[in-house]
Amino acid sequence: MANAIATAHEHDAHHAHDEHVVLPQHLHHFETEEQQREAGTFGMWLFLLTEIMFFGGMFFAYLLYRNWYNPAFVAASNQLSVKLGAINTAILITSGYAMALGVYAAEVRKKQMLVWTLIATTIFGFAFLGVKTVEYKEKFEKHHVPGASFDVKEFVNPAAFGLKEEPLAPDMAQKTQIFFVLYFAMTGMHALHMIIGLALLFWLIYRANRGDFSSGYVAPIENFGLYWHFVDIVWIFLFPLLYLINKHVG
Amino acid sequence: MSAHNDAMNTTNPEHAEHHILGPGTYTTIYVTLLILTGITVGAAFIPMGVLNPIVALAIASVKAVVVMLWFMHVKYQSRLIKMTVGAGFFTFFVLIMMTMSDYISRAWGQW
Amino acid sequence: MMSAPINNNTIVNIPDQRTAKMPKRNYINNEHGLLSWLFTADHKRIAILYLISITFFFFIGGAFAGLIRLELLTPQPDLVASDTYNKFFTMHGIVMIFLFLVPSVPATLGNFFIPIMIGAKDLAFPKINLLSWYLYMAGGTFTLAALVLGGVDTGWTFTTPLSTHYLNTHVITAATAIFIAGFSSIFTGLNFIVTIHRMRAPGMTWFRMPLFVWSNYAASILMVLGTPVLAIAIVLVALERTIGIGVFDPTKGGDPLLFQHLFWFYSHPAVYIMILPGMGVISEVISTFSRKRVFGYTAVAFSSVAIALFGFFVWAHHMFIMGVSNYSALVFSLLTMLVAVPSAIKIFNWAFTLQKGSITFETPMLYAFAFIGLFTIGGLTGVFLGSLGMDIHLTETYFIVAHFHYVMVGGMLMAFLAGVHFWWPKMTGRMYPESLSKLSALTSFIGFNITFLPQFILGYLGMPRRYHAYPAEYQVLNVLSTAGATVLGVGFTLPMLYLAWSLKYGAIAGNNPWQATGLEWQIQSPPLTENFTETPIMDHEAYDYEWLENKTAHEVTTVG
Ligand code: HEM
Ligand SMILES: [Cu+2]
Repeated sequence: MANAIATAHEHDAHHAHDEHVVLPQHLHHFETEEQQREAGTFGMWLFLLTEIMFFGGMFFAYLLYRNWYNPAFVAASNQLSVKLGAINTAILITSGYAMALGVYAAEVRKKQMLVWTLIATTIFGFAFLGVKTVEYKEKFEKHHVPGASFDVKEFVNPAAFGLKEEPLAPDMAQKTQIFFVLYFAMTGMHALHMIIGLALLFWLIYRANRGDFSSGYVAPIENFGLYWHFVDIVWIFLFPLLYLINKHVG
Repeated sequence: MSAHNDAMNTTNPEHAEHHILGPGTYTTIYVTLLILTGITVGAAFIPMGVLNPIVALAIASVKAVVVMLWFMHVKYQSRLIKMTVGAGFFTFFVLIMMTMSDYISRAWGQW
Repeated sequence: MMSAPINNNTIVNIPDQRTAKMPKRNYINNEHGLLSWLFTADHKRIAILYLISITFFFFIGGAFAGLIRLELLTPQPDLVASDTYNKFFTMHGIVMIFLFLVPSVPATLGNFFIPIMIGAKDLAFPKINLLSWYLYMAGGTFTLAALVLGGVDTGWTFTTPLSTHYLNTHVITAATAIFIAGFSSIFTGLNFIVTIHRMRAPGMTWFRMPLFVWSNYAASILMVLGTPVLAIAIVLVALERTIGIGVFDPTKGGDPLLFQHLFWFYSHPAVYIMILPGMGVISEVISTFSRKRVFGYTAVAFSSVAIALFGFFVWAHHMFIMGVSNYSALVFSLLTMLVAVPSAIKIFNWAFTLQKGSITFETPMLYAFAFIGLFTIGGLTGVFLGSLGMDIHLTETYFIVAHFHYVMVGGMLMAFLAGVHFWWPKMTGRMYPESLSKLSALTSFIGFNITFLPQFILGYLGMPRRYHAYPAEYQVLNVLSTAGATVLGVGFTLPMLYLAWSLKYGAIAGNNPWQATGLEWQIQSPPLTENFTETPIMDHEAYDYEWLENKTAHEVTTVG
C-alpha cells in the first residue's frame, strides 16, 4: 500500500472530496463526520482545562489567604447573604438542567424543545446575574468594595452596627479586604464567563430556531453545554468557599 | 472515503460510542444537585470545627463530579476525555501542593 | 546503497535544473491577493504569516540586544540613562520570549508540518488557527504600543511589587500584550493536541509519528496547562496596579511571592515550550543527515513527555533567594536535577544515532551540531544553577544570562534555523545557496560563543545582570561579548537575505532533496493546498530508509 502516499491521480485533486456525501456542517479536512464531532468535543475539553488552571490561580490565592487570615475571612464571609447565595446556586443548577435537556432535544432532533430549553437556560442565567447585581450593590453601599473607599468599621466594632460578631483587631480587620478582593475577583470572573455564555446563547437560540440543529448536527449545542456546565461547577465551589465559611459561629 | 475509515479503529483507539441520555436521568441529577445544595447549607450551620470546610468541599466535589459525569457526559466518553479531565485536576493539584509545600514549611507549626 | 545519484559528501538530490519545473498548482498560487492570505484557513499559509511576523519581531528584539551590548561596551553609563537601559532589556526580553521563542518553531514549522507529517489535510480547527495568528498580532501590537508610548522597565518577569507599586511605565499595556499573546499560544497548543489525537492517517500509530510531532505534542500540553496560570497572574498584576487590590501587596496582607509562584509555574514550563519543539527539529535533522533511524526512538519520544511532566515540578528554582522556605528549596533543587535527565537522554540518543551513521554536513546538520554542543553547555549550567548552594552565588549574575542564552539562542534559535533550512525547500520549492548558508551557520556559531562564553566568566566573577554600568575590571570580557554580538548579528542577518533571494533565484528543489523519509517529503514542493491528493496510508515506521529506497519512482509525483 506504500504507493498510496501522495499518489497523484488523473482527476483534478480539487474534486477529490466530492466523492463522499457532504453534509452541510461537515468540514472537508475531516475524514468522517464522527471524527469531526469527537475533535470538537476534545477541543472543548482542552479549553476547559485551561479554564481550570485559570481559575486555579485564584483558588490557590484563596486557599493561602484563608489559612493566613482565617478570622478576617470568617467575619467578612458572614457579611454575605447565605439566602441569596443558596437561591443563586439553585438558579444556576436549574439553568444547567435546562441546558442538559437542550442537548437531549438536539440529539433527538426536537426543534421546539431545543429552542425552549435554550430560552430557559438564558432566563435562569440572567436571573443569576440579577441576584448577583443586587449583592454587588449592597457591597458598594457598605463600603466593602476593595479600594480607596473600603471601610473596616463593621469588623472592628461590630456591636455598633448590631452585629453579633467578635470584634477584630485593626490589622486583622484590614485583611477582610483580601477576602473581598477574592470575592470580587472570583465571582466577577465567573460572572464574566456567564455573560460570554449568554451572548453565545442568543446566537444559538437564533440558529436553533432556524433549524440548524434539528438534523443531527448537535456539536455546537453539546460543546456549549460543556462550557455552561463548567461555569456551574466553578460556582458550585465558590458558593461554600465564599458564603458558608463559618456560619455556625455568628 | 470509507475505504480508509478503519473498522478496527487502529488510528483512533480513543474513540467511544455516542450515548444519548434521556430527560429522566437529567431530572434525577438535577434533584440530586438541589438536595446536595440543601445539605451543604445545612451542614454549614452545624459546628464541626475543622471538619466544616472539609465537609463543604467534599459535598462540592461530589456535586462537581456528578455534573461532569452526567451533565457533561464524561461517564460515557472515551478514555481520552476522562484522562484529559484528570490531567486538568492533576495539574491544579500540583500547583496547590507544590506551592503549599513552600508556605507550610516556611512556618512549621503555625498551620 | 542509495539508488539515487549521489556522491559521498552530500545526499542532496535535486532535479536537473534545465528541465525542472515548479509544480503548477500549490498552496502559494492557489489563490491570489493579500486578502487571500489574511483570511486563509490553510495551515501552511498561516505558518508563512507567522514566519514573516516572528521574523519581524525577532529583528526588533535583536535591535534592543544590540543597544544593550553597545551600552555595555564601556564601564561608564554613557549611551543611555539607567531607566532607558531598563526599558531596553525589558523590551528585548518580552519580544524575544513571548513574541519570538514561544511561537517560533510550533507556530511556523509545527503549523506547516504537523498535519502533513501525520497525513492530515489541515489542523483540526483551521479558523482557530487563524484566530491565534490574529491574537499573536494583537499581542505584538500592544507590545509595540508599550514601546512607542514610552516603554516598560519591569524586566520580562514583571516582578512584584516592583511592577505593581514602584514603576511609572506602561506595565498594563505590556501585561495586556502578554495576556493576549498567551491565548494565541493556548489555541495553537490546543489545536495541535486535538490534531495529533484525532487526525492521524490510517496506520499512523503513535509510535510511527516523527519525533518532531511528539515534541510539539509535549510542548502543546505545557502551553494548554501552563499559560492560563500566567494569564491570571498578569490579570492580578494589572488589577493591583489599577485599583490596588492587594493580593500581591504586603502592606495590605498580600504576598508578593504568590506572584512569583504563579509566574514561574508557567515560566519554567515555558522554557520547555521553547526548547521542546526545537529538540523535535534536531531529531529530524540528525536522522536525515546520518541516514539512520533515531536511536532509541521510544526513549526520545517519552523523554519529551517526561520533560513536559517534570517541568511542572521545579519552578521554585527561580526563587531560591526570594524567601521561599529552605526545606521547599531543597526539594525543588533535587527535582531540578531530575528534569535534566530526560534532556540528557535525548542528547545521548542523538549521539548514538550519529554513531556509524553516514553523516553529511549540510547546513541544517551544521545547525544541529551547534544545537547539541550549545544546549549541552546550557543544560549543564542549568544544573549548576539548580543546585542550591551554587545558585546563591550565581543567581542574578551574568552566569544566568549566559545559561539561558546558551539554551535559548544556542539551543532554540539554532534549532529554529536548522528547521527553517531543512524545510525551506519544502515550503518554497527552492533551495537556499548552500555555501553561503554554511558560512553563516559557522558565523553564528563562532559569534555566539564569543558573545556568551565570556558572560559565564563575568557572572562567576560577580557581575550582576540588569545594570548598565560595571567596574572597569570587567571591561575586557564585555568588549569581547559585544564584539561577538556583532558577529552574531551578521550570522543572523545573512539567512534573512539569502533566503529571500532564494525565493526567486534558488535552485528548484524537487520533492525530496534530502532523501528524507517523512510524509512531508513524499509530496510535491511546495505542497498542494490539500496536502495529499488521497489520504495516505502509513505502513512503515518513521525514519525507515529502506522503505524509501524501495519506493518506486512514480510514487512521488506532483500535480499539474
Ligand atoms: C536542562 C535543564 C535546565 C535546568 C536544570 C535549568 C535550570 C535553571 C535554573 C536553576 C535557573 C534559575 C537561576 C536563578 O534564577 O538563580 C534557570 C534560569 C533560566 N533558565 Fe534554565 N534550566 C534548564 C534549561 C533551560 C532551558 C531549556 C531554557 C530555555 C529554553 C532555560 C531558560 C532559562 C531562563 C530564561 C532563565 C532565567 C529566568 C530569569 O530571567 O530569571 N533553561 N535555569
Ligand atoms: Cu526553570
